[in-house]
Amino acid sequence: MKCRKCGDRASIELRRHNAAFCVTDFQEFFRKQVREAIRKHRMFTEDESVLVAVSGGKDSLALWDVLIDEGYRTTGLYLDLGIFDYSVESKAKCEAFAAARGVPLLVSSVAEEVGAPVPVIKQVTRRPPCSGCGLSKRYLMNRVALEHGFPVVATGHNLDDEAATLFGSVMHWQTDALPRQSPALASTHPKLVRRVKPLYRLSERETAAYAFFRKIDYIVDECPFAKGATSIAHKEILNQMEEASPGAKHNFLFGFLEKGRAAFERIEHVELHECVRCGQVTTGTVCAFCKLADHVKRASAEGAPTA
Amino acid sequence: MKVVLRNPRREVEVAGGRRVKDVLAELKIIPESVLVIRGDELVTADQVVRDDDVLELRPVMSGGGHP
Repeated sequence: MKCRKCGDRASIELRRHNAAFCVTDFQEFFRKQVREAIRKHRMFTEDESVLVAVSGGKDSLALWDVLIDEGYRTTGLYLDLGIFDYSVESKAKCEAFAAARGVPLLVSSVAEEVGAPVPVIKQVTRRPPCSGCGLSKRYLMNRVALEHGFPVVATGHNLDDEAATLFGSVMHWQTDALPRQSPALASTHPKLVRRVKPLYRLSERETAAYAFFRKIDYIVDECPFAKGATSIAHKEILNQMEEASPGAKHNFLFGFLEKGRAAFERIEHVELHECVRCGQVTTGTVCAFCKLADHVKRASAEGAPTA
Repeated sequence: MKVVLRNPRREVEVAGGRRVKDVLAELKIIPESVLVIRGDELVTADQVVRDDDVLELRPVMSGGGHP
């Protein structure tokens, strides 16, 4: 197999593009896709400081690496979820990455902010761990960005993540979730920062290959709570479709973004308020994060473990 | 030929002298779901692997709770 650009031996085949690339030309292809995502959705400008949410995994560290290389002013944000050795190792990967590249890294701890780490939140709420975890991450990303004056948060969501989320929303016809699925969510309130996903044009195999070629030391092991997660099952189904028909994931997601999303956008109308407790944005009176923290506090008062 | 799998980490022995895509098919692994690593390089599905090669099949799927 030969590189489509230079004709040398290819190191990676991209069936959905009917192409193969050598190491150098693949990295250029990758950067071009990120540039196109940022340009097309006006994610941020060179004058803006970007807060990059990093988990220690391949996607977020690949994203941070590209943005640094492209000359953007970035700061990393690591959210410590307190998930046993997994969090210890993933935090160390982020710290090593930041130190090697000389870029700043902020750390926020879910245990300190909510009152308990994710494994305890799971026990207390008796809900899937990804639920309390995702809620805490979205809340803390926005709050930390506001506190430090960042106008935008970039996350490492890739094409597979986005296609799997869309698949889940369509399976249940969650018409309230569909208009919110976008590579760039504008700020709709003074206390909501822009959220962008510059890797949405790249599959997770492509981000893994980029991280490998760039020798990024990322955490390969999966979060211990991800096993059995619905999003994983949806990704496996989509990968089977991709195997039978290369480009299926791309067509599913991009078709929705280009042709379907607008139809759902028209029917969405949400009124935003400020949480009476913490001042962050919510659709109710008290935000879901404060309710979660209350729940943890009550359980702790009743004797449940919170450490 | 030795093949190293992850999550959980384990090793299996399979026959070499054939293409990577045939090894993946035997192990029932979809090419889209892994990087195929030999030493410090990636190998494409059409490349032939030898009996004394060691391949790592590194899963690329992340999941559960992205931010």
